[in-house]
Amino acid sequence: MRGRVRRPAVTAAVVGRAAPRRLHRGPAPYLFLAPYLLSTAAFFVVPFVNAIALAFFVTNGPRSRVFVGLANFRYLLADPMFHRALWNTTVFALVSVFLQLPLSMGLALLLNRGSDRVKGFFRLVLYSPNLVGQIFVGILFGALFAPRYGLINRVAQALVHSGLEQRWLSTPSLVMPAIVLTSLWLWVGFNMVYFLAALQSVDRSLEEAARIDGANGWQVFWHVTLPSMRHVVVFVVIMSVIGSYQLFELPLALLHDTNGLGPDNAGLTVITYLNQVAFLSGDLGLGSAVGWIVATIIFVISLIQLRLSRAGEEP
Amino acid sequence: MNPLQIILLGLGGIFLALWARAPRHPRAAFAFARYTLVGLSSLAVLMPFVWLLAAIFKDKSVFNEYVFFPPLGEISRRTVNLDNFVELFRGKPSVQGTVHFWQYILNSTVYASVGTVVQLVFSSAAGYALAKYEFRGKRQLMIFMLGSMTIPGVLLLAPLYKMIVSLGLVDSLAGLLLPGLVNAYGIFLFRQACMTIPNEMLDAARIDGCSELMIFYRLVMPLVRPMAAAFCLVAFLGHWNAFFGPSIFLQSADNLTLPVVLNLYVNEYSNDYGVFLAGTALAMIPPAILFFTLQREFISGLTSGAVKG
Repeated sequence: MRGRVRRPAVTAAVVGRAAPRRLHRGPAPYLFLAPYLLSTAAFFVVPFVNAIALAFFVTNGPRSRVFVGLANFRYLLADPMFHRALWNTTVFALVSVFLQLPLSMGLALLLNRGSDRVKGFFRLVLYSPNLVGQIFVGILFGALFAPRYGLINRVAQALVHSGLEQRWLSTPSLVMPAIVLTSLWLWVGFNMVYFLAALQSVDRSLEEAARIDGANGWQVFWHVTLPSMRHVVVFVVIMSVIGSYQLFELPLALLHDTNGLGPDNAGLTVITYLNQVAFLSGDLGLGSAVGWIVATIIFVISLIQLRLSRAGEEP
Repeated sequence: MNPLQIILLGLGGIFLALWARAPRHPRAAFAFARYTLVGLSSLAVLMPFVWLLAAIFKDKSVFNEYVFFPPLGEISRRTVNLDNFVELFRGKPSVQGTVHFWQYILNSTVYASVGTVVQLVFSSAAGYALAKYEFRGKRQLMIFMLGSMTIPGVLLLAPLYKMIVSLGLVDSLAGLLLPGLVNAYGIFLFRQACMTIPNEMLDAARIDGCSELMIFYRLVMPLVRPMAAAFCLVAFLGHWNAFFGPSIFLQSADNLTLPVVLNLYVNEYSNDYGVFLAGTALAMIPPAILFFTLQREFISGLTSGAVKG
């Protein structure tokens, strides 16, 4: 982007910082915005209001409904399967933030020293899994995790002489590790691209100054590099938490034998649960209640992270 | 000892040798370790693709016999052939009559292309308006947009489904496209790109008698082309790989898109991996082609919002 689009800096310097522009007369801005306004009104505001209402109804298919008040939420609070779904999803979100992002950051730091050409090549390679849709990734890894003949078990066998018969997708305790491993393949490179871009905009002289003052590599990273790319880190953390709480397609395809649930519900996520109750069993009301809980969780977590990052701004 | 272990031990040995040669300033050793780690990660990322490439051409009878391709001496029509693709493209009976696999490729292509073009036009227009006009309600609109982006799409899926059903658009391309005509994220990307266009340039065009629409089409769009390219790829990938929406809104066998149908094939061909893997590999080709042609614009466009913000 940079350098390709003509930047306004030059003109701004010539004519001085432009005063706030006066109000545009005429319909032009509204016409440009009309498609967005109309489609948002119809396909965001209306369903949003409906989603509020729906959560208080029991429905059977899209056409019949009965008002039940808070019964949907009470049902969810008591349903052990929903608890399991929430637990699994939260575990996945924690692993994403505390395992996947450090790995992405590590790779970005390793690559940051390389020349532009080297950087470009490896960035391309490491990003490539992200082009593949989650369903396709799930299908592919379902085959890779196959016991005895799957690539993953064969590699494990070659490296440490065990694990050839490991049944990843039908052993409850191994289902989440399998999903995590797949998600690492899929997203480590994706997050790395953001970190790498942020690292390039970090002020080198600050790092140099810290090093001269006797800071070691880790201290320079923790006290200088990381704080100066704080905005991107917060952005990536929020994105991956939001993404984690919406995990659905990957386990669905990976655990296709059990419709995405996994043995003993070990792979059940909140959105898988939503899909089960709303679209397979036909209770859109209960599904909306689940949707509200997910939306609330995402909103609260994003808010906390934004607050924390603001607090870090005034040292 | 097998080759894999020997290679890893060898790499470790080289690292130690480099370290031992200059223990005070192990710069060479660290550089070596850096490239080794990055190289091994890239290898781990590429391996599933290589495995897939081999898997789709292997005959069913030798699918599990070789990890990747059979050794050169074993390659023949019996071990490496196109049987998986023949089976994949064989017409299959359904309530809607015989359906061929190319029908799904066509459905996905139409859905992804139309969806991308519509989103491109609408999102760029809205982004331009937000970047270059001052008008009443602009601030409130931007706040509303940011707020709407925090609402997860799944929350709206149930009521949207109800709406599409009552509009009678279920199981149709229109019903699938309507909920996603504009992309708020895309509007912000285009707003960011349009902000870099100098106002004087737009005013000059106005003085020359250019209409507002013509300014947008003739002047602004060419200037934000890199961002448009990046956005097209994001939008295309989003549509091409979309599963949740299409799996709910589409019903007839001849209307389905690739992710939906391949997810069904996994169960249908549970003993014949090669067939659904062949379909999966085909589904990866269009995004790959687009990515390699647009990758420069894509990576910079994607990260510009985050890095500047």
